Amino acid sequence: MTVPLSWYLIFATALFSLGFFAVLSRRNAVAVLMGVELMLNAVNVNLVAFWRYLTPADLSGQIFVVFVFTVAAAEAAVGLALMISIYRTRKTINIDEINDLKF
Amino acid sequence: MNYPSVFNLAWLIPLPTALAFFAIILFANPKKRLSSNIAIGAVVLAWIMSWAVAITFFLNPEITEHPFDLHVPWMPMGEITFHMGVAVDAVTAGMLFMVGFVLTMIFIYSSGYMSFPGHLDPKKYPDAAQEGLDPRYSRFFAYISLFATGMLGLVVADNLLMLFIFWEIMGLCSYLLIGFWFDKSYPDPKQITPKQAGLKAFLTTRVGDVLFMMGLIFLFIHAGDLNFQNIFANQEFLHELSTATVNLPFFGAVTWAGLISMLIFWGAIGKSAQFPLHVWLPDAMEGPTPVSALIHAATMVSAGVYLIVRMSPLFSAAAHGGSGVMMFVAFIGAFTALFSATIAVAQKDIKKVLAYSTISQLGYMFAALGIGAWVAAVIHLLIHAFFKALLFMASGSVIHGVEHGHHHVHEHGRGDDHGHEEYFDAQDMFNMGGLLKRMPITGWTFIIGGASLSAFPLVTAGFWSKDEILAHAWHGGHMAVFWTLAIAAFLTAFYTFRQIFLTFFGKPRTEAAEHAPESVRAMTWPLVGLAFFAIFGGFVAVPHDFPVVGGVASDFLAKLMEMQGEFYQLHVAPAPFNWTPALISMALALSGIVVAWLIYGMKPLAAGQPDPLRKALGPIYAILENKYYFDEFYHLVAVRPTLWLAGFFFKFDRGVIDRIVNWVGALGRWLAAALRKWIDEFIIDAAVNGAGLVTTWTGAVVRLIQTGQAQNYLLILLLSVVILLLLIPLG
Repeated sequence: MTVPLSWYLIFATALFSLGFFAVLSRRNAVAVLMGVELMLNAVNVNLVAFWRYLTPADLSGQIFVVFVFTVAAAEAAVGLALMISIYRTRKTINIDEINDLKF
Repeated sequence: MNYPSVFNLAWLIPLPTALAFFAIILFANPKKRLSSNIAIGAVVLAWIMSWAVAITFFLNPEITEHPFDLHVPWMPMGEITFHMGVAVDAVTAGMLFMVGFVLTMIFIYSSGYMSFPGHLDPKKYPDAAQEGLDPRYSRFFAYISLFATGMLGLVVADNLLMLFIFWEIMGLCSYLLIGFWFDKSYPDPKQITPKQAGLKAFLTTRVGDVLFMMGLIFLFIHAGDLNFQNIFANQEFLHELSTATVNLPFFGAVTWAGLISMLIFWGAIGKSAQFPLHVWLPDAMEGPTPVSALIHAATMVSAGVYLIVRMSPLFSAAAHGGSGVMMFVAFIGAFTALFSATIAVAQKDIKKVLAYSTISQLGYMFAALGIGAWVAAVIHLLIHAFFKALLFMASGSVIHGVEHGHHHVHEHGRGDDHGHEEYFDAQDMFNMGGLLKRMPITGWTFIIGGASLSAFPLVTAGFWSKDEILAHAWHGGHMAVFWTLAIAAFLTAFYTFRQIFLTFFGKPRTEAAEHAPESVRAMTWPLVGLAFFAIFGGFVAVPHDFPVVGGVASDFLAKLMEMQGEFYQLHVAPAPFNWTPALISMALALSGIVVAWLIYGMKPLAAGQPDPLRKALGPIYAILENKYYFDEFYHLVAVRPTLWLAGFFFKFDRGVIDRIVNWVGALGRWLAAALRKWIDEFIIDAAVNGAGLVTTWTGAVVRLIQTGQAQNYLLILLLSVVILLLLIPLG
């Protein structure tokens, strides 16, 4: 007996939601980035599930996932570098306090 | 037909004096002698041209059958074009002959007369006083030049409108000249000043002029043209006018000819100072004496007579149509002649006697016109002009002499000092006396003129012309007119010789008269010139049948007038000579002179002695002296109501109309303030400011979204996606 596709999709959705919630609610900037990683991985799971169940022969699904990994990694690196720079200037990484572009 | 080319000069005759007027006003005003020379030069030129035209006419009398008329289109009015031009016929030629000569004599006389006047202070006008001339000498000559233009233009005019224009020019100059010494005032407030007299003259003649204009307009409406030859030689038109009637409120049905004639006659009544519009002429004596001679003896007042002569075909047609116009003319003329002669008897001012005499003689002329004696009226007009101008100028010479005598006496330190505290009337005959010895030329020419005026039998021109009128009256059976004029003739002789005896005979009654010098040549030579015509001018009027001298000169004139009459189809045959009226008039003239001699000449009055007539006539004398209280009557009936009305309108204008206007203005201001407060500030500013406020408030509210926190933006993103996803199944 096989696992239905819908289980993977629900799982990806839940993961994505958790990640989005983390982005929205965490004060620590690094935690926000962790939430972003979670969202990206959830999307990866979604993509792999759709590939394995709908078009297993076509490798494009796997290639897309590899791209997403790479981008996620690069983006995490850049994001962390930005956080370090902000900390050096502002002595804080509390996102609520980084709100200069306001009215 | 071929007219002699000199007639083409006719339209130029009024021109030189008009140019003189402008030249003096614009350029020569500061130079006194130059101004008078310009004026005299111009009038001499006009005189030469007038005599050229007149004498050419007299030498070619057949022209009368087709009188000369030269006109140009002047005012196009739709279908018809109004023409202006000049015409020369027998009447014009006669008038030109007289006017040219008399104007020249008066202009020359004025150059000697207008010396520095007695009522001005020499210290205020040092230059003029040094020259010995009136400070406004140049202006005087400008005015009389303009006046000369008016008279000459009137005489040569070929249509009624042009005549009226020049008539009005003369009215204006009359006003300007009577009021020439406008700064002169008298100690007695009741005595009329020159300024008031000028206004009185203008306003009184204005009454007549308005009626004249109405008549002119009616005539134009009916005729479509005002050219004398076109209207009056057209018999059907005249007949139509004298039968067509119009309904008037008070008078009932009158013919158009009658109405127009009556209205135009009132213009003549005003201008020629006939009753009831006679009141301005005696007061016009406030003007300088040359003005009195020019305007009020020789020319302007005779314009009224000339007008009626010109309109004679209309008057004649009206009379044929049953209108009473000519009877009215005769009545006014005869009545005025007698009325005015009675007033002249009681006057003490030398010029006032002559003024009333003028009114009386004009009455003679109108009476003659009224009875159809056209030729007699014209002849009397011309002769009267000569001797009346002579009399006025001679009286001016007398006044000058007495004034000089007065100054002479005061300069020699006798009497009061040079302050002239007591007012000395140099024109009062009771301050004169014995002047014949001191001023012989003046005296003798005055006597000649006076004799002519009194119609001294046979040798004077006045006799022939007056006799002609009386003969016509007798012949035509107009007995009321005859006897009225006859009594007036008696009075004329009486008051004239009263004047002569009081002024020139006896002993001088004041020191001023004792020292009166004869006048300068510029003043005495014109007197001689006019005296010549006062004697010899009458021979054209000697009736054909008069023994011995009859017909020598007058046949020519009679034929001329007959031919003129034929042109207009008027009956102008002279009256056949009849001894009865001639003897009556001779007897009256001589008896008038004799009575005057008995009262004033036999025992000449001494200084301070009152007029013997005062006791003889009793209360009547006061009535005559006060001119039947006519001025007071007019003042009560016409002047005071007018002034009251003017005052009333002034108060109405200021109290009612101005109040309304100011109230409307105040209302406008209140409205503006209210609008500003309630609408501009409350509503419009509120709206404008409100728009700004709304924008600001909205902005203040909306920008709160921009918190600067990235997580908030992501939250909004989430919400938007959710909403959109929800909306997809709906859309």
